Amino acid sequence: MSGAAFGYFPGCSGLGTSLEYERSTRAVCRELGLTLWDIPDWNCCGSTPAHTVDPVLSAALSARVFAQGARAGIRDVLTPCPSCLSNLRNALEHMEDELFAARVEALTERPLEAGHSVKSVLQVIVEDVGLDKVKERVRRPLTGLKTVPYYGCLMTRPEKIMRFDDPENPQSMDLLLQALGAQVLPFPLKVDCCGGSLGIPVRDSVPRLAGRILELAGELGADMVVVACPLCQMNLDLRQGQIRTRGLDYTIPVPYFTQLMAYAFGLGDEEAAFKLLAEDVAPAFSCMRRRAEEIKAEEARVAALAAQKAAARAGRGAQSRANGAAGGEA
Amino acid sequence: MRIGVFICHCGSNIAGTVDCAAVASKARAYPDVAYSTDIMYACAEPGQDAIIAAIKEHLLTGVVVASCTPRMHEPTFRKTVERAGLNRYMFEMANIREHVSWIGKDIEANTNKAAELVRMAVSKLRLNRELKPKSFPVTKRLLVVGGGVAGIQAALDAADAGLEVIMVEKQPTIGGKMAKLDKTFPTVDCSSCILGPRMVDVAQHPNITLYAYSEVDSISGYVGNFDVKIRKKASYVDWSKCTGCGLCTEKCPSKKSYDRFNEGVGPTTAIIIPFPQAIPKKASIEREYCRQFNTGKCGVCAKVCPTGAIDYGMQDEFIDAKVGGIVAATGYDLMDWTVYQEYGGGRYPDVVTSLQYERMLSASGPTGGHIKRPSDGEEPKDVVFIQCVGSRDVSVGRPYCSGFCCMYTAKQAILTKDHIPDSRSYVFYMDIRSPGKGYDEFTRRVQEEYQARYIRGRVSMVYPKGKKLIVRGADTLMGAQVEIEADLVVLAVGAEAAEGAPHLAEKLRISYDSYGFFMEGHPKLRPVETNTAGVFLAGACQGLKDIPSSVAQGSAAAAKALALLSRDMLDSDPQIASVNLNRCVGCRKCIEVCPFKAIQEIDLRGQPKAEVIETVCQGCGLCNATCPQGAIQLSHFTDNQLLAEVEALCRF
Repeated sequence: MSGAAFGYFPGCSGLGTSLEYERSTRAVCRELGLTLWDIPDWNCCGSTPAHTVDPVLSAALSARVFAQGARAGIRDVLTPCPSCLSNLRNALEHMEDELFAARVEALTERPLEAGHSVKSVLQVIVEDVGLDKVKERVRRPLTGLKTVPYYGCLMTRPEKIMRFDDPENPQSMDLLLQALGAQVLPFPLKVDCCGGSLGIPVRDSVPRLAGRILELAGELGADMVVVACPLCQMNLDLRQGQIRTRGLDYTIPVPYFTQLMAYAFGLGDEEAAFKLLAEDVAPAFSCMRRRAEEIKAEEARVAALAAQKAAARAGRGAQSRANGAAGGEA
Repeated sequence: MRIGVFICHCGSNIAGTVDCAAVASKARAYPDVAYSTDIMYACAEPGQDAIIAAIKEHLLTGVVVASCTPRMHEPTFRKTVERAGLNRYMFEMANIREHVSWIGKDIEANTNKAAELVRMAVSKLRLNRELKPKSFPVTKRLLVVGGGVAGIQAALDAADAGLEVIMVEKQPTIGGKMAKLDKTFPTVDCSSCILGPRMVDVAQHPNITLYAYSEVDSISGYVGNFDVKIRKKASYVDWSKCTGCGLCTEKCPSKKSYDRFNEGVGPTTAIIIPFPQAIPKKASIEREYCRQFNTGKCGVCAKVCPTGAIDYGMQDEFIDAKVGGIVAATGYDLMDWTVYQEYGGGRYPDVVTSLQYERMLSASGPTGGHIKRPSDGEEPKDVVFIQCVGSRDVSVGRPYCSGFCCMYTAKQAILTKDHIPDSRSYVFYMDIRSPGKGYDEFTRRVQEEYQARYIRGRVSMVYPKGKKLIVRGADTLMGAQVEIEADLVVLAVGAEAAEGAPHLAEKLRISYDSYGFFMEGHPKLRPVETNTAGVFLAGACQGLKDIPSSVAQGSAAAAKALALLSRDMLDSDPQIASVNLNRCVGCRKCIEVCPFKAIQEIDLRGQPKAEVIETVCQGCGLCNATCPQGAIQLSHFTDNQLLAEVEALCRF
């Protein structure tokens, strides 16, 4: 799959609140041999503010993104943001209806040709690149790191539109984290609601909903909640202070999966960009290193014990052979 | 030939859009028609009497009735002409209701089409010949496939009436799903106490031969004379020696086998007697769990067996039987609920199925009748029941209602309170469906007397949090979200046709629907018959039903089988193929196409020829259409008769 090229759509948060996602995604894709072409003069995908008000306008915004890509010879679009992915894909689906497409094209003033596709960074890494390739590239395995993957509501749902992984119990990020060497705890709330953008009109909603996710992650003993969505990340990380005022009694870092990949690939701090997170990852990583030492010590102990036993067996064998020889002489 | 034509009004069903009098008057001009009239209800008694009177008065030798589909009343009118002294095959029917009046509103066009159909029927009738059925003897023996409560009822009723019965049961014991239940609704009486004696009756009845741990391997033949091959699966225990003492099951060292009878609630041994009241009470070895078979070393059961019944070298055995009729009573299975990832997809031990819960409630079950959480063995206090898991859910391909879950869930909620008085039960439901006798009162009792909390709404998610399971759902009556911290979650898993049901249907040559349920002959008027003569249905294999309905259908199937097998001789259908030996060139094409293997090759003075086995031929006509020589003709549907119909239609 090396040498594959995609049109890259960072989405609005990629230039602001999720700079760390953006930077680590570009770095990781480069390491895995994926070429990203920036879509020239891209615009808003048409999500929440647009699609809740006018589905035609929303689809028109997405259609313009595809048209801009097509102008640069790009058919297949890649985006890290599940919300962008959902909106771009919905637009393509809806535009298969001729009447709807006509209304959209009346706004964009240019017809959208067939043959466009859009995928998430997660899907491309897991399905197109493959976990074997990821494993090969690991330089600093995350041995000893206890993680829970949190996919958010949009990455795999609705099933008919997203066509990726299981809608209720996805596994792709679990397997990816395992490929990086991390321990993955079974996390039943992996597709639960974090509060999304409801936190803006109903302030209380995010602390309640995101709080529930963090609380369970903590109870399970996770070092980190690993995410794939800028809005989820913001709710779980940036608002963790608010959640703590409502009873959560610990901190837990919330990195993107691409940041952990960058770290495991041995890339520099600039590209892993952990500094841009609100909650510090350093304590989690020191936990990891301590546990890694323990695991190593335990493995050494087991190996030594096995060697001792083998030696004893060999010794006994030699002795009995010697005895046998002596008996023969006698 | 003198033909009489009768155009039926069928009240306004036909006369509303067809000018029946005009059709009758047109028919008078058709060749050989001696009499033609229209008639209000041809099938009613006055109508039939009028046909008989006309035959006698006008000396008719053939009759055409233009009315409804022949599937409805062809047998009726054949009997009518027979009563007037004509051969029953000197009768033709034109369908001017389903094919004309019900599908078009243009009276003129309808009238013309009806007249054309009558002309076709008249043209065919002119070439009809008198046909006489042959009679053949009936094997007075009934095969019952499936030993659940429906099959048991059918077998006992038929055996009590004096019929010999062979019962074939797939599992090592009869009793079916009912034997797994603790109590039954709406009386809350002990399931095995009422079923047990009937199971013993089956074992002891002089007219019943039971083949447990057996399957129907193949079926050939026809009504009255089916040849059945039964595969007796190797149980690795000689049942003629086994006394059911159970010593082998106590000593078996392989103690982690899946307990099929107990739905996997707790493990069992590799050699088993499914439950204390099993019929037959014989041991059998589950090969996949047995150490002797897997490692070649063990043999404990053979050592301890006081009668030397263990036989590791046992092979499947085949038994050939002749029967006159067959009752299919193969029941149901639960659907694979693990598609519901939102309920854990099987990952959480404290989410159990309703049938597993029955085994926990049962005093003879693996927990001795104590409700215990599978995860830690603790007694649950908050029990959540989720209904319609795999019923009425288009998203998992199960749009139908399983019919009995509302009732057994109510029963299980009552039993939960009886077992654990300080427990609380919650039932998430979509609608409460309780239309049986005493059923709705029962579902009220569980709410009013037993304080089960009924919440109308679906559960969106179940997940573990500490030792609890969080059940998150909607209360659609309150318009609110609810979350319950449960100790145990019981899923009312939807039912589906038993595993392998379509496979059996194909052996029986009966139809089944897209869910694997067997098709009855008519949804209202032939509920236990199938469209294959001599094959009857009982219980949930025909469509999901509870115990009372299954028992009623078991009795009904027995009654139908008895009516058939009370006769010494049956008439064969004379509408079968026959070979004109002068024309036959022995090309074997007919032998290849015949789906019933009813044609064999014979040698006639050194020439290969085809011959129809009359009792096997079903009259489908494939050979007739295939024969390049026109040597095989289907009586009553000869080439000449069909061509006469075509010519009547294409005169111009």
